[in-house]
Amino acid sequence: MKYSNKPGRRNFMKQLGSVSIGFSLFGSLSCLTENEKELAMVFEHTPKNERIDSWLQVLEDGSIEIYTGKMELGQGISIAIMQVAAEELNIPVSRIAIHLAETGITPDEGITAGSRSIETSAMSVRQAAACAREILMEIAGTSMKLPVNELVLEDGQIRGREEVKNFHELLQGNQIERAAYEPKEYYGKTQRNIVGKPVKRPDLEKMVRGETFYIHDMRFPEMVHARVVRPPVYGAVLQSIRQEELDLEPGFLKLVRSGSFLGIITEGEYQAVQLQQKMTDRCKWYVTKELPQYENLTNYIKSLPADTQTDVENGNLAEAQQNAQITHKAVYSKPWIMHGSNGPSCAIALFDKEKLHIWCHSQGVYPLRETIAKMLNIPVTDIHIKGVPGSGCYGHNPADDVAAEAAIMAMEFPGRHIRLQWMRQEEHAWEPYGTAMLMEHKATLDSTGKITSWNYELWSDTHSTRPANGDPANLLPGRYLDKGFEAPQGGGWRGGTIRNAEPLYSLDNFKLTSHSFSGPLRVSALRSLGAYANIYGIECFMNELAAKAKADPFEFRIRHLNDERAINCLKELQRMTTAVNPESGEGFGIGFARYKNSASYCAVAALVGFSENKPAIKHMWGVIEAGECINSDGLKNQTEGGMIQSASWTLMEQVTFDREHITSTDWYSYPMLRYPEIPKIEVTVIDRPDLPPSGAGESAQGPTAAAVTNALFKATGSRIRDLPLSK
Amino acid sequence: METIEIKVNGETHTITADPNTPLLYVLRNELELNGPKFGCGLQQCGACMVLIGSQAQPSCMLPVSAVSGKDIRTLEGLVSKNGDLHKVQQAFIDEQAAQCGYCMNGMIMQGVSISEQEPEADERRIRERLQINICRCGTHCRILKAIKKSIAP
Ligand code: FES
Ligand code: FES
Repeated sequence: MKYSNKPGRRNFMKQLGSVSIGFSLFGSLSCLTENEKELAMVFEHTPKNERIDSWLQVLEDGSIEIYTGKMELGQGISIAIMQVAAEELNIPVSRIAIHLAETGITPDEGITAGSRSIETSAMSVRQAAACAREILMEIAGTSMKLPVNELVLEDGQIRGREEVKNFHELLQGNQIERAAYEPKEYYGKTQRNIVGKPVKRPDLEKMVRGETFYIHDMRFPEMVHARVVRPPVYGAVLQSIRQEELDLEPGFLKLVRSGSFLGIITEGEYQAVQLQQKMTDRCKWYVTKELPQYENLTNYIKSLPADTQTDVENGNLAEAQQNAQITHKAVYSKPWIMHGSNGPSCAIALFDKEKLHIWCHSQGVYPLRETIAKMLNIPVTDIHIKGVPGSGCYGHNPADDVAAEAAIMAMEFPGRHIRLQWMRQEEHAWEPYGTAMLMEHKATLDSTGKITSWNYELWSDTHSTRPANGDPANLLPGRYLDKGFEAPQGGGWRGGTIRNAEPLYSLDNFKLTSHSFSGPLRVSALRSLGAYANIYGIECFMNELAAKAKADPFEFRIRHLNDERAINCLKELQRMTTAVNPESGEGFGIGFARYKNSASYCAVAALVGFSENKPAIKHMWGVIEAGECINSDGLKNQTEGGMIQSASWTLMEQVTFDREHITSTDWYSYPMLRYPEIPKIEVTVIDRPDLPPSGAGESAQGPTAAAVTNALFKATGSRIRDLPLSK
Repeated sequence: METIEIKVNGETHTITADPNTPLLYVLRNELELNGPKFGCGLQQCGACMVLIGSQAQPSCMLPVSAVSGKDIRTLEGLVSKNGDLHKVQQAFIDEQAAQCGYCMNGMIMQGVSISEQEPEADERRIRERLQINICRCGTHCRILKAIKKSIAP
């Protein structure tokens, strides 16, 4: 057996002091100067994913620190990961700390997205922890001269006949440098004392007391503040700035200009806010491209050039259509909608001793590092990025942009920490939205009410322009710099577009065609990507087909399913809602999907009525089955949140713009569901410990949209197919 | 720049600031408090709420000079000297009433305000009072539950 006889990473990081340990050590980096050698490790090292000590280290008091390459986005991934580790090591959750994504420190796990963190990070930690347990038991057996089956593992300690040793004592201060292997047993599957339980999140304790937790709360000695002066529209070139008497502005430190990128740095934050306003008025821009105006979204989208592709073709559509008893067609659409994070994006950057440090709430610190290196034309090994939680992001919001902007300014103003936070109007007007989509369905039924063919054509811009491929144009400032990285052309990656575009129902004859267009607005990944609109369309269409077949929507779906888990999920929803009896003017509707057709199952029902002539959701019910459930309360919380968020999107959200730019730039011009309109919610979790766990953070988006729309149809008798429902 | 005295969480602070500076910036940057958050700066979201007397109020547009001499409380000030949480804070933990938690400050401030001003408020009234407070994560039902069960005296 091989152990490290070097000090563990934890020790080395302790010497580092402030750089990276947990949330508590936000101190200044200046103290790092004595530790330059160790600091260099942060830049040159990437923990290897296969090694146990990359995921888990034993601290001096015998407690555990877990390293994840994922970010806490409010989805509760931290507690889930802590639970799986605690279970395998039979140690209380309170004795586990978690270290979130940081370059050089945690494994590189790409982007925290696609509801994949449970399936990837949590499972890697589970494996590392189970291996660690087996290895620790062997060590204990050898040192206590006892067979492993006579040892007791309890409370983070291993007890023999006479002795008790904690993990640190057993490892004598070393870490387990071995590769993870397939362990003999997973306690998470066999014992399940901690996993599956509604364990409370320790981070809430910090939030509730107003302790330092968010990127927004980080303060460094001598830290200065920055704001970016925005162009009037995406396509604009900075012609001139009136710079007179800038030095007299209170707190003014520096104007950073590169091409059409313009930033200001001041001593105080409010000074930066005021100067941002002033400078906006003092800039002259040349507009290179205006935004289009149109009457009708459907016609507009169809008028755009598109790259067309047949994605799926099963059976013989033409033949089935010819023999059909009933043919039904419907076109649905959704507008651009925004992430609209509650707290605007924020980052801190420091360029010191030829190294660039960035603190930010990016979903992917490693990919961001690569892209920023290209943007600034400096080596990756000169950049260190630490992930610190921000406000919930729901996908690719401006987290990366703000980090890149802070970095640009830090390079021009070395030696002091620069804090940049976007204003509300910037967050609303410059974030990458979830794209508008168009969904055209045509299906045929036979006389028994069976679907005999289904043709689905969809139109969409891309669902990812993340800076994941190292392209600086995917960072907002990249487009405006001197070097001028071309704005991405849209279209591009199709995976997000066709997510859940194939119905889960058994269809002998099915065809999917996607038209990928490049739209006028900046777009990227918004929670569930194309699945929201695809499921919305499919599940509304299923209700329309059920009506044609004179069948009950539950029964009609179940008759077209041969997936037991899907059927169970729908039946559970049916059971939860049997007593629902809509009053006159109210309607009841459902929606269902298995996210990505491979992850969690989610069925949603809604009861919708009217209040002051606007659709009002009275009550929603949800059923979620995510295989093995890691934290039942977390799963519920994510599902409830997804349902409310999707209800808000569906009912009232839409980005608006004129020729100049985005016009929905605050919470009045971009309204969302507020307290008086929030429905009652009930969620049931189906736990399947016999199955692998799957992520569930995005499962409710699509089913909710359909449930609400189907319910509204029942309430009114007329079907709205273009979102949002209340325009 | 002016010298202004403000009373926050029972302590008087003398600060030098442009009298128009919104209170929020002073609380976060001069007093280094984390409770009140910047959400919109437009009095539209509630993230920045503080208690002035017993009234929950956005601090993002409130000039610091206007609150000189008034009793201001923040999230931090709700915790008692021995570290015990206010009952509304405790209820947020009990109900796990957060996802990202960015809205939590405003929600708790509003909850405390209701509990001090109208502890008998029914659900409808509580919802009305929370109208300004947005939650982008959709944690509303838990937050409502936490406030409902903790406002009674
Ligand atoms: S930040 Fe003050 S109300 Fe939004
Ligand atoms: S919990 Fe994230 S905004 Fe409310």
